[in-house]
This record gives sequence, structure tokens and C-alpha cells, in this order.
Amino acid sequence: MLYREAGDFKTTYASDQQTFPIKSERALFWLFMAAAFLIVPFLINDYWNKAVLMPLLIYCMAALGLNILVGYCGQVSLGTGGFMAVGAYAAYKLMTAFPWMDQFSVTILAGFVTAGVGILFGLPSLRIKGFYLAVATLAAQFFLVWMFNKFAWFYNYSASGQITAPERTIFGYAVTGPSSLPWATYLFGLTLLFVFGWIARNLTRGRLGRSWMAIRDMDIAAEIIGVSPLKAKLSAFAVSSFYIGMAGAMFFANYLGAAEVGEAFGIDKSFLVLFMVIIGGLGSILGSFLGAAFLVLLPVLLKNLMVDQLGWVTDLAAHVQIMLVGGLIVFFLIVEPHGLAQLWRLTKEKLRLWPFPY
Amino acid sequence: MNVHLNPVNEFRMTRPDDGIARGAPLLVADNISLSFGGVKAITDISFDIRKGEIRAIIGPNGAGKTSMLNVINGFYHPQEGTITFRGERRSRMRPHVAAHQGIARTFQNIALFKGMSVLDNIMTGRITLQHRNLFWQALWNGPAEREELEHREAVEHIIDFLEIEHIRKTPVGRLPYGLQKRVELGRALAAEPALLLLDEPMAGMNLEEKEDMSRFVLDVNQQFGTTIALIEHDMGVVMDLSDRVVVLDYGRKIGDGTPDDVRNNQDVIDAYLGVSHDA
Repeated sequence: MLYREAGDFKTTYASDQQTFPIKSERALFWLFMAAAFLIVPFLINDYWNKAVLMPLLIYCMAALGLNILVGYCGQVSLGTGGFMAVGAYAAYKLMTAFPWMDQFSVTILAGFVTAGVGILFGLPSLRIKGFYLAVATLAAQFFLVWMFNKFAWFYNYSASGQITAPERTIFGYAVTGPSSLPWATYLFGLTLLFVFGWIARNLTRGRLGRSWMAIRDMDIAAEIIGVSPLKAKLSAFAVSSFYIGMAGAMFFANYLGAAEVGEAFGIDKSFLVLFMVIIGGLGSILGSFLGAAFLVLLPVLLKNLMVDQLGWVTDLAAHVQIMLVGGLIVFFLIVEPHGLAQLWRLTKEKLRLWPFPY
Repeated sequence: MNVHLNPVNEFRMTRPDDGIARGAPLLVADNISLSFGGVKAITDISFDIRKGEIRAIIGPNGAGKTSMLNVINGFYHPQEGTITFRGERRSRMRPHVAAHQGIARTFQNIALFKGMSVLDNIMTGRITLQHRNLFWQALWNGPAEREELEHREAVEHIIDFLEIEHIRKTPVGRLPYGLQKRVELGRALAAEPALLLLDEPMAGMNLEEKEDMSRFVLDVNQQFGTTIALIEHDMGVVMDLSDRVVVLDYGRKIGDGTPDDVRNNQDVIDAYLGVSHDA
């Protein structure tokens, strides 16, 4: 009853290809967004912000970016951590060099800087693909981390080698620095994610998105139909790095506050985001969000359950949690190799016909 | 007599007219030679394709037919010889450049984009005709959406034409073989090509599917005035459809002319039936 297309007639092509073609789905989405924007900020406290919501928003952004590259354009990348570091250091340099600049501009400009670096490291994709490209991007990961450690200019010659985010405000409310307000930080991240999530949807539904998917599905046929592999691959690298750079900037400025590159943006970040994309569903915007939610929320949930509810020792709980999450990843990949987004798609197909099986 | 079951008169090709009269050469291949290492795939082949005709390329297995098509759309670069398309002599070029010049093709083994729906596959054919840049596409509302809807309408005409309305939202991987072939033709048609290359459009089809496909090929040629070059093994189909036939064998041209000329050509008969060399 909830999810029906009967009676929901499409009379124009515009209404036929909208993002949420079914009325109840549209209503559900806007209800969810209204809750996220209008209700959550009043309930949020520091724990929820730091442990759950901020990481969720940031990893959603990073997974969205990586999904554009891996899921839509089919170019495997293991350089996510390195590109997040580029975003973080770009944000740091911008914040310290231009103290008057507002945080939205800083984050978006950091994204543009990362896009440039992404194009540079995307150049090998014109000659190599698959595992070989993955190794080339792995080189980017190690090179970028090394570079940010090696050259003191990047961390403004600070003695600790760390970068620390100064306080920045939006409309007078602090979103970075030690005295940042949880609700303001949350709304800052949510706004960026909402706007750029929408943009990602727009980019993937049109000509650009189709040229990415064409390259992914069959690059020779794509070229023969008129897709320039150079433009398609490099634009995918640019857009993907843009999102990942913004995620890195937010991770550093709004979440960590202070960061050391090897620790915060190591290879484990690359793998974490790649797992999110694979578990969520390659080539799906919703999948990026679901995958990020799965890998961010599940550990928190398990920890709460085991330590706070069952009263287990912390280190035992931590080990059990790692095993459980790992096991669940394997389980999900066996049950539905196309990810959580595909599960949702199948559910919707079933719901359309419910209560009849066919 | 032209009786069309499926009139799509409102649909017109929008590419600007190239000023080449019907019947004048659209593409001229001049002394093309292509080899891979020591293997000579094509040896010194010359022929032309005239505007508005259906030109068949036939020959036994391994004669170099597909290689010839690959040369025409820029996928292979011949060591010798030149290709002149629409009066322009062409140097080495990439396939996507050929696509922008108005050459579209289908493949022997289906080369559809498996992860996309029928609609998206055919929309991909219009990539050379869409121009909104990244900025407008990111905004979507406004110019990008308008452009998308314009092209959606053109694609819907093609979907009507090929009678695949019922599957437009189906992922192509789920479709049976015959329909996939039809979708692939739709994708090539969506590019509104000046020259359409069909590599064995009827391979592996049953009689009914072959009849459907033949009708589509003829309709494309007559309604849209599209010049077609096709490779096909079914001689009945080739002789009925094509205006002129070029015959290849072992990378050489052994016959060229109307279907009747070719049918009576002794070299062609020998190539197909085999001939003892001690004669």
C-alpha cells in the first residue's frame, strides 16, 4: 500500500525520469530530509555528533566520490586516503593563509585542489586498467602521504608536524576548532552532503554519467559511439577527487580538529571507503550512503550493545566487534554481491506487487 | 511501393546536410592495406560507398570484412592507403572522432552496456549530439534538463520505430539475443549517422527475427536516407537488401557490383565453393 505506482501517471518525459518516480517514495525522502535538517539539530549532543553523525556525513561524502570513480566509471582506486589528505592539507593552508575565508568556501576550494591532483594521478588510467591501475593509485596514496610528511611547508613548519584547525564560524557559530558547536558542525556537514549529493545525482543521470558508465561497461564500444576516453576518465577522476577532497577537509577541520597525515589518512582509509562502496553497491548514489552507514554505524552499535548493555570488557568487545563486522561483510557479499542498494531495489520491486508474488 | 507499418514521419535526422548528392561517393577507400605483424589482413583494397545506398561486404571467414569496418571507423589504422569520408581525406584518427563525423556501427558480438537500461543505452548514442558541460549538468534544472528531454524525445521515436517500447526500462543484460541486437541498432541509429556500419546484424537469428531486422534495415535506409554498409553471411538477405556488393577473399577484393553481377562472377563462385588449384 505504501509503495504503489498505480494511479501515478506520467504524462511528460520530465516526470518519467525524475529522481523519485513514485509519490510515496518522494514523500518519504523529503520527510527524512526534514527530520535531518529540522529535528536532529535540536536533539544532537557532543557524543552523537563526534561518534555517529559527523563520521557518517564525512564517509558518505567520501564514498559518494569513490563510487563515481569505481562504481560509475569502473576505474579502481586505492588512493582515497591520499586524496583525503590533499583535501585536508589544502583546507589547512587555505584556513591559515586566508583567515577571513568562510568554511564553506574553504571546503569547496579544497575540493577543487584535490580535483586537480586527482586528474594528475588519473593520467595513468588512459593507458592501464584494472589491477594495474589500482597499483598506480596505490602509489599515489603512498607518495601523497610521504609528501605531506616530508615538506614542512604543508604543515606550516609546526614542531609536531601536525596540522591543527583554527576556529572558523558560519553566521557566528563555530564549526571548527575546539569550541565548535555540535549542531552547527552537523548542519554544516549535512548541508554540504545534501547539495553535493544532489549534484552527484545530476551528474550521473545525464550525458556525463552515461559516458562514465559506457566506459565502465565496454570501453571499446563507448569510444566507437563517440565517448572520448580521455575526457570521460579524467572527468571521473576530477569529480571523484573533488568529493573525496571535501570529505578530507571536513574530516580534518570539522571532525578531528588536528591531524597527522600518516595516522589520519593512511592506506586503511582507502580500503575502508572502498569497502563502503562495494558493500553499499557499485554505481548507486544510495549505495554510497548505505555502505557508509553500514560501516560507520555497525561498530558503534555493537560497541554500545556489548560494552554498555552486556558489560563486557572493552578490549574483548573490540575484538568481537572486528570479527563480527568482517563476518557480516563476507555474508553480505555472498548473499547480495551487488550491495545493499540492490537489496533495496529488489525490495521495491517486491513492494510494487505486494501482496501478490507476480 | 512504400508501405510502412510504422510511420515515424515526425522524426528527422538533425545532422546538417553535407552537400553530397544522393548517389555520389560518401566514403572512398583507396588502396587500403592492413597487416598485423606478418599477417596481412587486407591487401590493396579500393571501393566506395555511395550516399543513400545499402552496400554489402561479403566474403568467407577471415576474408577481412570486419577489419575493413574497423579501418573505416578508425579502430585500426591501415599501413597504406587513404580513407576519404564526405570529401575529407582522413589521417590517423580515434574511433570517437569518427563517431563525431557521423559514422556509427553495431558489432558482431553484441557490445551493449550491460549495466544500463535500454533507454540509457540508446541515449548513449546521442552523446555526440549533446553539448551541455559539467557545470550545467551539475545544476540540471534549466539548459541541461531541456537538452536531455529533447534527446529523450528523439530516442523515444527510435524506440517506437524499433518496436521496443515495452522494454525501455529493462536492463539490457536481461533481454534475449534478438532484442539486444535490435537495441544495438537503436543505439547506432540514435547517433543519426551519415554512415551506418552493421557487422552481421542477423547473425544467430531465427527466420522471423531476420525478417524483422531486414525490414528495419530497409526502413532506416528509405525513411531516414541513411547510407548503410553491412557485413552479412546470409546470401539471401544480402542479395535482397543491398544495392551493391563488394566481395573479399583472403584480404583481397575479388568482386564488386550489383548483386546479380556478383552472383555470376566466377571468382566469387570459386571463393565460396572452393576450387582445386591444380586446374
